Amino acid sequence: MQRIGVFVCWCGSNIAATVDVKAVSEALLKEPGVVFSTDYQYMCSQAGQNMIIEAVKEHNLTGIVVCSCSPRMHEATFRKTAKSAGLNPYMVEIANIREQCSWVHKDIQTGTEKAIILGKAAVAKVNLNAPLTPGETPVTKRALVIGGGIAGIQTALDIAEAGFKVDIVEKQPTIGGKMAQLDKTFPTLDCAACILTPKMVDVAQNDKIRIFSYSEVEGVSGFVGNYDVKIRRKARYVKEDICTGCGACVDKCPMKKVPNEFNLGMDNRHAIYIPFAQAVPKVATIDPNTCNMLKNGKCGVCAKVCTAGAIDYKQKDTIIEEKYGAIVVATGFNPISMEKFDEFAYNQSKDVITSLEFERLTNAAGPTQGKLLRPSDNVHPHTIVFVQCVGSRCSACAEKGKEYCSKICCMYTAKHAMLVRDKYPDTEVYVFYIDVRTPGKAFDEFQRRAVEEYGVKYIKGMVGKVSPEGNKLKVQASDLLNNKQIHIDADLVVLAAAIEPDKSARPLATMLTASMDTNDFFTEAHPKLRPVESPTAGVFLSGACQGPKDIPETVSQASAAAVKVVGLLAKNKLTGNPCIASSNELMCNGCSSCERVCPYGAITYVDKEFRMPDRTTKVRRVAQVNAAVCQGCGACTVACPSGAMDLRGFTSAQIMAEVDAICK
Amino acid sequence: MQMNEYKPLIVAFCCNWCSYAGADLAGNNRLNYPADVKIIRVPCSCRVNPMFILRAFQRGADGVILCGCHPGDCHYTSGNYYTRRRMALLFSMLDYLGIERERTRVEWVSAAEGAKFAATMNEFVEKVASLGKNKRLEDLRCSK
Amino acid sequence: MQQITRDLLIEKASAFLEKENNSCVIGWRKGEFDYDITPYVFDNKEDLEKYFVWNDFCGANVSKYLINKTQKYDKTLVFLKPCDTYSFNQLLTEHRFSRDKVYAIGIPCEGMANVNKVKAIAGEGIEKIEFLPEGLKVTNLYGDEPAVIAYTDVLAERCLNCKSKAHVAYDELIGEDGSVISSNRFDEVERLEKMTPDERFAFWQKELSKCIRCNACRDVCPACSCEKCVFDNPASGVENKAPASSMEEKMFHIIRAFHVAGRCTDCGECSRVCPQGIPLHLLNRKFIKDINEFYGEYQAGAVEGSRAPLVDYTEGDIEPYEIFDRGDK
Repeated sequence: MQRIGVFVCWCGSNIAATVDVKAVSEALLKEPGVVFSTDYQYMCSQAGQNMIIEAVKEHNLTGIVVCSCSPRMHEATFRKTAKSAGLNPYMVEIANIREQCSWVHKDIQTGTEKAIILGKAAVAKVNLNAPLTPGETPVTKRALVIGGGIAGIQTALDIAEAGFKVDIVEKQPTIGGKMAQLDKTFPTLDCAACILTPKMVDVAQNDKIRIFSYSEVEGVSGFVGNYDVKIRRKARYVKEDICTGCGACVDKCPMKKVPNEFNLGMDNRHAIYIPFAQAVPKVATIDPNTCNMLKNGKCGVCAKVCTAGAIDYKQKDTIIEEKYGAIVVATGFNPISMEKFDEFAYNQSKDVITSLEFERLTNAAGPTQGKLLRPSDNVHPHTIVFVQCVGSRCSACAEKGKEYCSKICCMYTAKHAMLVRDKYPDTEVYVFYIDVRTPGKAFDEFQRRAVEEYGVKYIKGMVGKVSPEGNKLKVQASDLLNNKQIHIDADLVVLAAAIEPDKSARPLATMLTASMDTNDFFTEAHPKLRPVESPTAGVFLSGACQGPKDIPETVSQASAAAVKVVGLLAKNKLTGNPCIASSNELMCNGCSSCERVCPYGAITYVDKEFRMPDRTTKVRRVAQVNAAVCQGCGACTVACPSGAMDLRGFTSAQIMAEVDAICK
Repeated sequence: MQMNEYKPLIVAFCCNWCSYAGADLAGNNRLNYPADVKIIRVPCSCRVNPMFILRAFQRGADGVILCGCHPGDCHYTSGNYYTRRRMALLFSMLDYLGIERERTRVEWVSAAEGAKFAATMNEFVEKVASLGKNKRLEDLRCSK
Repeated sequence: MQQITRDLLIEKASAFLEKENNSCVIGWRKGEFDYDITPYVFDNKEDLEKYFVWNDFCGANVSKYLINKTQKYDKTLVFLKPCDTYSFNQLLTEHRFSRDKVYAIGIPCEGMANVNKVKAIAGEGIEKIEFLPEGLKVTNLYGDEPAVIAYTDVLAERCLNCKSKAHVAYDELIGEDGSVISSNRFDEVERLEKMTPDERFAFWQKELSKCIRCNACRDVCPACSCEKCVFDNPASGVENKAPASSMEEKMFHIIRAFHVAGRCTDCGECSRVCPQGIPLHLLNRKFIKDINEFYGEYQAGAVEGSRAPLVDYTEGDIEPYEIFDRGDK
C-alpha cells in the first residue's frame, strides 16, 4: 500500500477563487492510501516545495499528488522535488485543477466538486505507480553517411569538423552524386564542378572521414547510439590503395564501346574507367559486365600497362562490419523514366532529351565538350523547346508520373534557357509551363532575367505532342493565356523530368525501420519542428531523400542533419524516457501485432524457452521492447490482444483506476 | 436525482501533446465548458484501449470523447491513424448493438485549438445531456 | 455428402505416421453419437482405424490445435477444409506455429450439417445417422420409420453462406480445388443495420442475455489463441468469469470481437459451439463488413503475411464521425 501525500495549491487566487482548496484537501485525505493532505498558496515556490520535502520525510510518503496547474507546466518541477526528498520522481502525479478546472468553471461548488474528482483520479493512479528508472545506453562515436552526393559530403564534412569520425558509403565508384553531373548552378551561374570538387577533395583529405565508394549498405541492426552496419564493398578489380589514378589502363583498354553512365549514355567509356577527371577516390574500376578478361579471360591489357600493379582480376566483394552511433540517409534522387511518356517521343528521337542530359550536353567535360549540338546529327539547334512538369504535379497520370512538384525544374529550366540565349543568341527558346514557381532567394529575379533580358519565350500551357518529322520535331502545344493552339518546328526538345527518390531508398528504409511516404521519400520526425530527423531515433535525413530540393536547401539540410548527429555523438550516454512499453513474456503470443504498429521499430522478437507447469519446456516467440528506441506512444498496448504489452507510467490498470475514480 | 438536475458524466481522453495542451489553452483563455467533463491524460490517443471506453460506460459515464492530434500531426507520427481505425470500428459496433451513437466521439484538437476544445466539449455535453442517462452500457450493480 | 472417403484419409494418415517419427495427425473422431464429432489427435494407426471419421458433422476447425501440437510433436499432419486453411494462414501470419513442422492436406468440403437442424426435422432421440447419396438417413430410438433428409436442408448457416471452396494453404490437395464464392453472408448484418437502434438493442440484449460465460466461443476460436486471455488475467482489470451483470457480457463480446477484428477469418466456430445458440458470428461479420467498406476488401488468412487492417492505416482513412454519414440512417 502506498503512503500518499496530497498537496493542494491555491495558485494565489487562480485556483482558490473557484475551488475550495481546504475542502479538496479534506476530501482527498479520505481516499485510500492518502496519509497526509494539505494546501498552500504556491506549491511550486521554494517554500511550497520544501513543504513537500518535509512531509515526505515526516510521513514516510511513497507517493505524491499535487493538485495544481497543468502537468505540462510543473510536472518536471515536482518530480525534481520528489527526487530531492528521496522519492522516485515518477511517484508524482498532478491533478490539473487550474487550466482544466478553476479557469474554466465559474461557481465554487462545481469547481470544488470537480477538483475533488480529479484529485481522486490522481490518487487512484499514484496508488498503482511504480518507481521508474530511465535506461542508459552508451554511444558509439562514429557516424555513417549513406550517399556521397552534395548532401552526404556536406553532412560528413560538418560532422568531421566537430571532431567526430564519419564514414561515407557511396554506391558509385566516386562521390559527387548528381551535382557532379551539373554544368552551372542557379541562381548565380557558377559552375557546379568549381564549387563541388574542392569539397570532394576536402572529404578525401579529412583524416576523420573514410570513403567507402562502390559500396552498399547490406544490413543494419541495433538502435540509436549503437548501430551495427554491414557494408558490401563491391569488387572493383583494382586495388584502391595502390592505384594512382594515372589513367594509363583506361587509355589502353580495347573495350571502348560501353555507354558512359556519367554522360547518361550520350558517349562511350572503356570497360575499365574513371567516371570523371576529378573523381574521388581517383581510382579505376573495371566493369565486370563488359571487361573481356573478367568475362572470358581473354585480354589482360590493363594489368600489363599498370606500372603500380594495382589490377586484381581475382578480387571479390568483401563485407565490412562497423559500429555507428548515428546514421544519416543522403540517398538523393533520380529523374523519373521517360519511357512511358510517348507523347513527347522520347523513345523515338534522340533529339528529345531530359534536362539532366542537357546539363551534360552543355558541360565542357561532356560528350560535346560543351558545344550545344543535337545528339542525332551534331548540328547546332536553332529552335529549342523546354517542357516543364513532365511527370510532376501529375495527379491524373499516377501510373507514370508523380503527384508532387519536383521543385527544382522551374529554376534549372530558366537557367538552361538563359544559358542558351547567352551563348547562342541566334537560338529561339520556348518554355512551356503550368506555373512558374520561384520562391527562393534571388530566384524570381533570375527567372525574370531569362524573360526580360534574354528574351526566352515563356508560354503558359502544356505540350500535347511531339512528333519527329524529317530532321525537325513538330511540337503541338496550347497557349492557355491566348487560348490558342501552337505549332513549333523544334530542333531540340528538353523535358524537365520529375524527380523521384533513388531506388535504393526503399530497401534501406526497411533496414533502418525508418518510415517513408507513399512516394518513397523518407518521413521526417515532425514536418515542421524536426525536419532533418527520421522518426526512428538515431536516423537523420539529408537532402533530396526527404523531398525534392535544390542545392542551397540540400546543403542547409545537410548541415542541420550534421548538427543533430553531433548533438547525439557528443553524449557519452543516452538517457531514455522511462515511460515506455514493456511486454509480459508469459502472456505474449509473439503474434507481431505490436511490431506492426510501432512507429519506431522498437519491438523485436526472440525465441525463448519457458518452463511449463508439468516441468517440460516450451520454446515460444515473444516480443521485446528496446528501451532506447521506444518513445512511449502506447500504440502497441492496444494492438496486443492478450494485454501482454503495457506502458509504464500509463499502465492499463492505472488508466482504468482513473476511469473508475472519475465514474464512481 | 431529479431529471431537471440531470448532469451527464463525460470522460475525455486527451493526448498529451495536442489535445491536453489544447484543453490547457482553453483554460488559459478562460473558455468555459461544463464541469461534467473530466479529462484523463494519455501519451497518445492510440494508448486508449476500447476497454477503457467500455469501462467508463460500465461504471456510469454517459459519454466518452477521445481527443488527439490532427491526422498527420501525431507526435508519434502515426498513433492517431491507428486510433482513427480502431474508433471507427468500435463506434460502428456500439451503434450496431443499439447504443446511441452520440455517446461516443473522436475529435482532433491541436495544441492551438483551445477554442475548439471548449466548443467541442460544450456541444458534446449538450448532446449527451439530451440523450439522458446512459442505461444501455451501464453495470446495473453500480447504479445508485 | 462428403466426396472424399474416410478410408483415403486414413490411408494418408497411416502412411504419414509410419514415415515420420514423433508425429501426429489432427483429424476428427466419433463421439457418443453419430453427430457429436470432435477434433482428435491421433498418434497411432490403431486409433486411426478405430476412431477416425470424415463426414458431414466434421465441422470443427482443427487449425488451432497446431499451436500446441507442433510444440509436442516433430511433425503434424493436419486435414484442412477450405475454410480451415484461412485460419491456418492467419495463425502462420501471427507466427503461432512453425510451418516446417506441419504437413497440411487440403480436403474438399461439400458443406457441413448442423445437428440442430437435423433434430428439428427428425426429432430428438437420434440413434443412428447414415450418409446416403440422397441424404442423411436418421434412425431414432422409438422405432419410427427412418427419415431421409436432404443435405441441403440441414446445412450449417456458415456453409449456406460459404465464402470459399478454395484452399489457400496446403502441402497436398486431395481432389479438385474450388474457388472463392460470392456469398450472402452479410445479409443478416444488413438486416440488423436497417433496424432502429431500439430494435437492435432489444435484439442484442435478448441474445447476449443468454450468455453463460462458458467461454466456449473463445476457446474454439483460432484467432482467440492468446497464451492468456485478458479476461483471465487479474492484472487486466476486466477479469470476470461469472455472468455478473448485463454489461459484463456486452463488454466480453464486444472486446472479444474487437480483439479478433481484422484477424477473424469468419470460420463460424463461435456460433457453432455456443451452447446458448447466440449468433456470435454476427458480431464478427459486422467488423468484417465495416472493414471491407471502410478500408477495402480484406479477407483475413487469404494471404499469408498480409497486414491486418487494424495494424495498418492510410492517411485518407474515413473519420469516425463520417461512418454514420454514408447514406444509411
